[in-house]
Amino acid sequence: MASIILPSAPSESRPGRFGIYGGRYVPETLMAALTELEREYELSKADAAFQAELNALLKDYAGRPTPLYFAKRLTEHLGGAKIYLKREDLLHTGAHKINNALGQGLLAKRMGKQRIIAETGAGQHGVATATTCALLGLECVIYMGEVDMARQELNVLRMRLLGAEVRGVSSGSKTLKDAISEAMRDWVTNVRTTYYILGSALGAHPYPTIVRDYQRCISREMKEQILEKEGRLPNAVIACVGGGSNAIGAFYEFIGDRDVRLIGVEAGGRGTALGEHAARFAGGVPGVLQGTFSYVLQDENGQIALTHSVSAGLDYASIGPEHAALHDSGRAEYTAQDDAAALNAVVKLARTEGILPALESAHAIAEAMRVAPKMTPRDILIVNLSGRGDKDMGILAQELKLGTTDQRD
Amino acid sequence: MPLSFHHKPGLVVYLTAGDPSLEATTAIAIAAIDAGADVIELGVPFSDPLADGPVIQRASERAVARGTKLSDVLAVARAIRSARPEAGLVVFTYLNPILRYGLTRFADDAKAGGADGVLVTDLIVEEAGDYLREMDRVGLAPVFLAAPTSPDERLEAIAAHCKGFIYAISRTGITGKQSAMTADAAALVARIRRWSTLPVAVGFGISNAQHVAQVAEIADGAVIGSAIVELIERATPETAAEDVARFIKGLQLLAVSS
Repeated sequence: MASIILPSAPSESRPGRFGIYGGRYVPETLMAALTELEREYELSKADAAFQAELNALLKDYAGRPTPLYFAKRLTEHLGGAKIYLKREDLLHTGAHKINNALGQGLLAKRMGKQRIIAETGAGQHGVATATTCALLGLECVIYMGEVDMARQELNVLRMRLLGAEVRGVSSGSKTLKDAISEAMRDWVTNVRTTYYILGSALGAHPYPTIVRDYQRCISREMKEQILEKEGRLPNAVIACVGGGSNAIGAFYEFIGDRDVRLIGVEAGGRGTALGEHAARFAGGVPGVLQGTFSYVLQDENGQIALTHSVSAGLDYASIGPEHAALHDSGRAEYTAQDDAAALNAVVKLARTEGILPALESAHAIAEAMRVAPKMTPRDILIVNLSGRGDKDMGILAQELKLGTTDQRD
Repeated sequence: MPLSFHHKPGLVVYLTAGDPSLEATTAIAIAAIDAGADVIELGVPFSDPLADGPVIQRASERAVARGTKLSDVLAVARAIRSARPEAGLVVFTYLNPILRYGLTRFADDAKAGGADGVLVTDLIVEEAGDYLREMDRVGLAPVFLAAPTSPDERLEAIAAHCKGFIYAISRTGITGKQSAMTADAAALVARIRRWSTLPVAVGFGISNAQHVAQVAEIADGAVIGSAIVELIERATPETAAEDVARFIKGLQLLAVSS
């Protein structure tokens, strides 16, 4: 590994730093907007009317709190730890992304911005943003890689129906990374009129903090619900990690509970060579991509590597900076599950529980299937089921050959 | 002091190194200097150039695909420096290639390669502590961008840390040609002057003699990027240097006669 010297001395006390990670690495043009966003976000936290409006939308519009469901048949099938599923898949629009989109949408409105832009990988953040814009009467442009548009076509159609303009991105790998770059180019150009709703716990400060704060309701509810049902905290919380918004939301309130293992699951893709996966902690080194200092999959010249995952939402070369800090401190563990394991987990959850998980979330289910049998029936696992799999029917039909074969175990 | 402007306005020419080849970049840079360029900005191609428009994105993609490395770009700098000792030379890059190369090693090698300054597109002054120390240690000029959206307190900090010249972005946006200069540029340059006596170069969107003449009225230098990169994209490798030289001479016509 090449010697990494930070451009500035890291300090825990500096805003926007998680250990040595995070920070702000952006063109100067965006600095005024990031400073304004940071200030307005802090004001909104202290604004009781704003918080009441957000909480009412989360409850009555999005469907919070989401259930914590005991997956009895999956538990019996695996013969180990009790498995609970946090049902973010039951939220309006089908994934946890709506938590953040509603929060930032209200923030944009509070700041008087009428034009919204966003990036999307699997399309769940794009749908959540388009939904929020329809609800709040805001103009909406979504950037999406052309590869992702093809494999998540249903979500493209949903966004258009909701009134958003979906702009295909044909540069680079034509996936999430390129959609973020194109959204940032739009923001640099239209920064005076436009709010960028970043959908993952990524990017320049204050985005990783804002997104985490809007997603931490997941772990707050998990904690209350498991204490109510079991009278104790779980042994482990498992979540898939692309940029890392559902995982940081699922981990955050447990960070101080040292006995609760926090397990993030990256995309193992179809192999261990650079370009064949999106396992940043297995193959990446610290670097700067799209505004933040974190682990980055890159070649020996600092060029960002291509990535692969069957799930568009995990197919990204970097990871949220707070995860990088949790990784280095050892507080959270990160592992990977490959495409085949995720597809297998989709089928297993569908057949045992009648629940069709998103391919992203299926990586977390696959990890639960690996670790649960090694645990005892007294142990408790919570899996964050971050999204539902309806959007993946095209890929699933193809990969599982649903059109040609009678699928039975 | 090689980072100085001998023309009114001084001409800063941006080239994506390695497009169409390292040898061609060296030849084009030399031709550009001979045609009147005061400073060459040698662009390090990066896989994810989020501050750049389609023209420089395409050039970067081609150069990365050819395997152009940071060390190759520094070798081009050395070749230009030995051929034209009097010209200004700035390495223009995104941060990640420097981090991977090693900041200390980069500072040493850029200095040894004959660069006068460095501009890192995605590095703002607040995050630049170690970088500024390294630039200072080896005697390279750190050039920062100033934007129309930068408030006065940021311009003050930028002015305090810049050496050589200050790069004023003509408009909010990414690199690329535009039809007319905006009022943003003049207002920004006037604000920068309150904080600095350094020369100010205006860039982003400057693509013809009329733009250059307009810049001459408000600033010390004009940066020409996408227009030249696009010219190189359209030219054959054999004629690119000649085409660029003719274009640069044409840019100065209105400014000289006014």
